[in-house]
Amino acid sequence: MNRQIARLGLVGVALVAALIVATTYWQTWASAGLADRQDNEIQRVAQFSIKRGLIRASDGTILASNRIKKVGGQKLYLRRYPQGGLFSHVVGYSTQSRSRAGLESSMNDYLTGANRNLDTVLKTTLDRIRGATITGNDLWLTMRPGPQRLAMRELAGKCGSVVALDPRTGKVLVMASRPTYDPNLVEKDFNRINNIRATCRPAAPLLNRATDGLYTPGSTFKVVTASAALDSGRFTPQSRFFDPGYCIEYGKQVRNAGNPEAPETFGSVDLITGLEHSINSVFCNIGKAIGAGKILGYAKRYGFYEDPPLETPANERSPSGLYKNGELFRPSDPRTQVDPGRLAFGQERMLATPLQMAMVAAGVGNKGVVMEPFVVDRITNPNGGVVTRTKPRKLRRAVSRQTAQELTQMMEGAVQSGTGTAAQIPGVPVAGKTGTAETGIPGRYTSWFISFAPANAPRVAVAVVLQDQTGFGGQVAAPIAKDVMQAILAGKANP
Amino acid sequence: MTYRNRELANLVVVGILTALGFASVYIARQDIVSTASLSYAGFFFALYLAAHLVARLTVPYADPYLLPMAALLTAIGLTEIYRLNPTDAFRQGLWIVVALCAFALTLFLLKHDYRRLESYKYLFGLSAIALLVLPALPVLGTSVNGARLWVHVGSLQFQPGELAKVFLIVFLAGYLREKREVLAQGRLKDFGPLLLIWGGAMLVLIETNDLGSALLYFGIFLAMLYVATGRFLYVGLGIGLFLAGAFAVYHYVEHVRERITIWLHPWTDHAVYCAINGKLLPRQDCASYQLVKSLYSVSHGSWFGTGLGKGTFRTTGGGELIPYLNTDFIYSALAQELGLVGVAALLLVYMLFVSRGFKIAMLADDGFSKLLAIGLTFAFALQTFIIVGGILRLIPLTGITLPFISYGGSSVVANFVLLAGLLLVSNRANAERE
Repeated sequence: MNRQIARLGLVGVALVAALIVATTYWQTWASAGLADRQDNEIQRVAQFSIKRGLIRASDGTILASNRIKKVGGQKLYLRRYPQGGLFSHVVGYSTQSRSRAGLESSMNDYLTGANRNLDTVLKTTLDRIRGATITGNDLWLTMRPGPQRLAMRELAGKCGSVVALDPRTGKVLVMASRPTYDPNLVEKDFNRINNIRATCRPAAPLLNRATDGLYTPGSTFKVVTASAALDSGRFTPQSRFFDPGYCIEYGKQVRNAGNPEAPETFGSVDLITGLEHSINSVFCNIGKAIGAGKILGYAKRYGFYEDPPLETPANERSPSGLYKNGELFRPSDPRTQVDPGRLAFGQERMLATPLQMAMVAAGVGNKGVVMEPFVVDRITNPNGGVVTRTKPRKLRRAVSRQTAQELTQMMEGAVQSGTGTAAQIPGVPVAGKTGTAETGIPGRYTSWFISFAPANAPRVAVAVVLQDQTGFGGQVAAPIAKDVMQAILAGKANP
Repeated sequence: MTYRNRELANLVVVGILTALGFASVYIARQDIVSTASLSYAGFFFALYLAAHLVARLTVPYADPYLLPMAALLTAIGLTEIYRLNPTDAFRQGLWIVVALCAFALTLFLLKHDYRRLESYKYLFGLSAIALLVLPALPVLGTSVNGARLWVHVGSLQFQPGELAKVFLIVFLAGYLREKREVLAQGRLKDFGPLLLIWGGAMLVLIETNDLGSALLYFGIFLAMLYVATGRFLYVGLGIGLFLAGAFAVYHYVEHVRERITIWLHPWTDHAVYCAINGKLLPRQDCASYQLVKSLYSVSHGSWFGTGLGKGTFRTTGGGELIPYLNTDFIYSALAQELGLVGVAALLLVYMLFVSRGFKIAMLADDGFSKLLAIGLTFAFALQTFIIVGGILRLIPLTGITLPFISYGGSSVVANFVLLAGLLLVSNRANAERE
């Protein structure tokens, strides 16, 4: 019988060995994947025992802090957002039942002290051994509360977004999106967020329209087309065009803005006037001359067709570009697949995020160099020491210095005597471009304004978008851009 | 060193480990746990010293590792139960006292010659069946989680299946010892009683809706049949019959079918019909909720675990994150707090226990003793595999207890009787060699 017993013994031992192998699988191999699952609350709950790092605006205003709750003898650090819905699209939320969003999600490692920087690793390990509460690192954002508050106030009751960048560094100074939500309600009263009413459909209060909202850029895109026209050497600001009120494409008239029966007609104009008065036929003809491929090429230089670099989660950012059936469309043969005339003035399935259009304005203002936008200025440990500091990084040069200068002059003209006069700031030269994009519904437009100031040495670049407007970009969006720029420039003068 | 001195030395080590375990729970949860918790360790050590003295008197030559290992496992279980729910730990402590009494009683009654049990084999067999049928009786039985496994007498709750397991092994050891030559010849008429047992196991499965116990009883039976006859054919035939039976049950019993579905597809991306509340929900939020939450708990432990007393089992609102932690899912609680390093060590203790059991069977010199030892040992190994394998999604999850660790009186008592049996066999074999 002993031979049978030995064999059965092997089976018995193998059964237990299989358990060790299976445990190893779940605890090592499968562990990370399971921790990220939406319905897995354990890791999130466990991380509430960590004293999560604070999130602060550039002047130290606290955007996210902790509220201590005792459960079963354990201290839990739950989140509190003192600024309510003012910064919610960037800061996001950290909850048990609805997981995390915004920087609370993407910067979770830093906020919980799980980042791999040596001094953090040493400190958290020591805390863990001592049984002390682990404390996360604090985020200091580049955002300015005053201008942010102003932008949110001006957007109130509308659907839209304002993005303001420092063109020299890429710092995000303002990132406003409406409708917004109160992150303090996410855990307890999510229905109130879901049932919000707005002038647009869907209201999508959780959507960060600044980085994830895609809108037809309309005439603001003419800056990109003009970049291509000038930088390629095919046109100069003085190149002349004849505008009969329309441009002929594929044998059909593409009309200028205004009353369809009697569109604006300018006759013989140069490119400067074409941009100042946003004449569609001029850009339509440029588009036909240089081709869609060239325009898209310059758009890519400004950052189109790539996820805009920012610290927020990747799924809260969308690339700008041509879209087809809800997907980014990369034409293999732009000459036959894209209508160059309509693309030239920002229609033709072209969609852009407010952040992207702010990058265009900032790139022109910064002498042709686009900087990578960033919103986390520095991360500090609980003692105040700096863990990392973001260094401004160049995304790439979009156009030559000379082209940038010519574009700046043309955009200044648009504010001085063109479509964007509402953005004038007394004593400060402003460069800007309006946009009024068709939405497919007659009488309803997406209104845009992009600008930077002071035009000769810009310290701020802004993009404003408003959904479902009846007014033109120059009438509704330009005043908001002006106020935000003014607030930012004033703040710099007396900090 | 003599057998018993070695056992004492091992027990001292276990005592120190137990004290450390309770101390770490105390440190981690000072706010709600009192210093009285440390007295558990002292109480526990005293209890096992008593058990050791009983062993000294009754089975001086028995294996010196089994009792310390059982002590270690119960200590780990008690520490974790204490960490989860101090009130349950108190009751479990009482059950351990009862179990050690049963342990002592078994040893004292059978110290001269346990082999006389062989003559009562049919009595054991019948009692086993009676115990198994008990929960199916309308007045006494209660259903927990869709499986009828419990007997209620007043406020007392008992799971008779646990004891039936030991009785069944005694019966099989006696029966197979007597019939092994005949059975090995393979004449069909000799298989009558065995087919009867197969039918019994299937009936139990259908009556109690419990796949786990059926698998356990049938596994024990096949293992013992194989050792007795040495014929693989029977094992193959047995497995085939079991699968056929299980397949039929799968088709006719909703509860079993659901268990299999949960096992194969615990996560769904789309909403499916939820029988619990009639809504449409992803399966992980409904039928496979327990399994999935417990897997999350295991995986959260990672390499080194959160540390005893530091695991996450409750939501920020204080609600339960993982159901049935004390009993069926205690392994997932341990896996989270001790990590891979800890539970791998724990499983190695189980493995060691199993290998000692098989060694005892090898050393025993008569058929009844050998069969008894492998029956008891294999039952222990298979039960561990069925519950932990269920938690780890190796096999469909069924609610049976983890030997020595899970909260539950009947389980602890039955396992200490099982331990007493192994010590008796070991004592006899070693005494004859001395």
